[in-house]
Amino acid sequence: MPIDWKTYDAAPFYDELITPSGEPRPAARQLADYLTSLDDNELQIRKQAADHAILEMGISFTVYSEGENIDRAWPFDIVPRVIPRSEWQAVEAGLVQRLTALNLFIDDVYNEQRIFRDKIIPKSVLNQSKNFREQCRGIHPPHGVWAHICGSDLVRDGDGTLYVLEDNLRVPSGVSYMLENRQVTKRVFPEVFESASILPVDEYPTQLFDMLASISPRPQDYPVIAVLTPGIFNSAYFEHSFLAQRMGAQLVEGSDLVVDADDCVYMRTIAGLERVDVIYRRIDDDFMDPEAFNPDSMLGVPGLMRAWRNGKVGMANAPGSGVADDKVVYAYVPAMIRYYLDQEPILPNVPTYLCVNEKDRQYVLEHLEDLVVKPANESGGYGMLVGPHATKKQRAEFAQLIKKDPRNYVAQPTLALSVAPTLCDGGLEPRHLDLRPFVLQGVRTDVTAGGLTRVAMRKGSLVVNSSQGGGSKDTWIVDEEA
Amino acid sequence: MLSRVAERVYWLARYVERAENTARMVMSFHLVSLDMPKTVQLSWKGLVAVTGTDPIFDEHYQREDERNCVKFLLADHYNPSSVFSSLKSARENIRTTRDLVPSEAWEIINELYLFTRDNLDSGIGKRGRYEFLAEVVQRCQTLTGLLAGCMSHDSAYDFVRLGRNLERADMTSRQIDVGAIRFLKKGADPDPYDGLLWTSILRSQSGFQMYRQHVKRRINGVDVVRFLLQDTPFPRTVAHGLHNVQDALEPLPRNEVPLRLVMQARRHALNADVDQLIADDRLHDFIDSLQLDIAEIHTAILETWFRIDKAA
Repeated sequence: MPIDWKTYDAAPFYDELITPSGEPRPAARQLADYLTSLDDNELQIRKQAADHAILEMGISFTVYSEGENIDRAWPFDIVPRVIPRSEWQAVEAGLVQRLTALNLFIDDVYNEQRIFRDKIIPKSVLNQSKNFREQCRGIHPPHGVWAHICGSDLVRDGDGTLYVLEDNLRVPSGVSYMLENRQVTKRVFPEVFESASILPVDEYPTQLFDMLASISPRPQDYPVIAVLTPGIFNSAYFEHSFLAQRMGAQLVEGSDLVVDADDCVYMRTIAGLERVDVIYRRIDDDFMDPEAFNPDSMLGVPGLMRAWRNGKVGMANAPGSGVADDKVVYAYVPAMIRYYLDQEPILPNVPTYLCVNEKDRQYVLEHLEDLVVKPANESGGYGMLVGPHATKKQRAEFAQLIKKDPRNYVAQPTLALSVAPTLCDGGLEPRHLDLRPFVLQGVRTDVTAGGLTRVAMRKGSLVVNSSQGGGSKDTWIVDEEA
Repeated sequence: MLSRVAERVYWLARYVERAENTARMVMSFHLVSLDMPKTVQLSWKGLVAVTGTDPIFDEHYQREDERNCVKFLLADHYNPSSVFSSLKSARENIRTTRDLVPSEAWEIINELYLFTRDNLDSGIGKRGRYEFLAEVVQRCQTLTGLLAGCMSHDSAYDFVRLGRNLERADMTSRQIDVGAIRFLKKGADPDPYDGLLWTSILRSQSGFQMYRQHVKRRINGVDVVRFLLQDTPFPRTVAHGLHNVQDALEPLPRNEVPLRLVMQARRHALNADVDQLIADDRLHDFIDSLQLDIAEIHTAILETWFRIDKAA
């Protein structure tokens, strides 16, 4: 039986495709109409076609368990998430504004530190930051850009407002799945691409290459670019290899590179040592260079930091960029935008309580059952407390943790994450989702048209991580006027 | 191309070729053992010895019987050259070079590895042995064909050919050694089972028909050794293998040292006077020296392309 949007009920949440009265939103009309033209069986056939395409295209992610790592097929929902272009243009401007301010902040932190002197942000934030790298002081990377690739997580609240939840400035991943999802959708729903005007996403690898080329120390047409991966056992290895292939770059591991006495980086090839101009590193600061950071790292390249500091190699993201990827620093991004750019922030932050401030801490401790508490420096949803879903005991434990190390905790109100129709066993049902657009900054700044939509496949769940039962959707920016 | 990647495809090809040849050797020995009368004892341990792994065997086994030897050659994980270990290593090498080879290649190796792992018992027992070994050989051949037909013949493929042909030349020389040991043991009496043994050695390399077409005389040790060592058209001989190694080396950068060594080894193999070697009881020593040549080529490949420290 085909879906009747009048009986589809997303309440009390904001649905990305369907209004509370059961009408498709204007940008989603073609898609919603197309879906109503299919009965359950036809939907299942399209789902099978998608599953088959994913297997055939070899889209996988790696789960490491019991010493054997397994490639799993990428979990994908065939129903795209639709965003009108008019709304997206504002989001795009907001993301550009945000990353520009963040890069000015990182550059300031490692150089003049004006923002602390002017008391916009307390200096103590820096002293307690886990990702501040003393080794980066006094360095001026090309174009003043440190974080070249940023994946910001956006969520929509019950009233329809899009908020920035966090900015991933270290080694954000997921963009390859954004590209592959589009390939799959084109195979499954070619009819809708004919009737609706959907912005393409394929430009990303070219833009990434151009951005990387723009930070090459040897200005020339064909810089040698290498993607530095921790190796096959890393969960994002598929993406590392995918991006290297799409850019025509070399996929290298630490042992492939060597820093010579001239401070240049070389890769070991069958023709001898070949100079590398730019490294897109998918390896954390700590493991990058045993000479400068963690001496036990087996993954890194001794001398890499020296090569970068002396301007002999371009590196994205620059070491030390993580200083702005911190949930305490996050709370100050709106202030940064006003301070460096003299503009009002276009995209709002989720209101954030900093436990390091006594007043905030008091409020957080009194309202634990309403709040989400996060450690300042973790990513991937580790070590979080979701107040409304937690037990009394868990809340008491977190109260202790906060009192012990207030700098390491921030709290935010629980948002009513938006939903979108998702194909489940019982047909189309609302499921919660978020969105990770990717922003590239070099000489110029580019934003992906949409990004990676992650969806919690389990009913009522807010967990979108693929390792924990999350899936993903293609994201359509639809031009309603075209 | 990156040295690390070149090294991995080289080892991938070597391990697959080693698995195939080990399976072939066990197969031919298995078949000839069924033909031999009860009174003639075949030395399975001799077969282990030609693979050069007998010291490891001795660490793990007291009895040198058929079952232990076959288990050691096919299944044992502590034998790095067993069919199972070779395929496991091949699988690890292809896992990390999946971008370079056609995706079907990974599937073939992965499935072959799983097949081998799950059917080792049939290979060890007499009843299922033939089917098991035939399956392994056939799937290895499928991979070789796939790479020849569907992979760009660029530097990566040159390293595949290097690995495959060097390993094949080495394994064929070891097969000759199986026969060479018999020459040594034999006294003045002609051995009535000689023909059977040499036939089985030829068959193990799928060379029986080709030998028949080219040599035309009845099967005899001297001619078989000459064929497996020096025949150029048949692709599983030592001379042919070394010829292919030379061919794969030609387009590679900085190839002087390995190229010189392989040309030496080819001359060494082609100029050998097989009659004289057998008459003087020096065949085994000659094979040993040939294997040293091959080891030297391997070391030169390693040092030229896989251990890069200096700028070009």
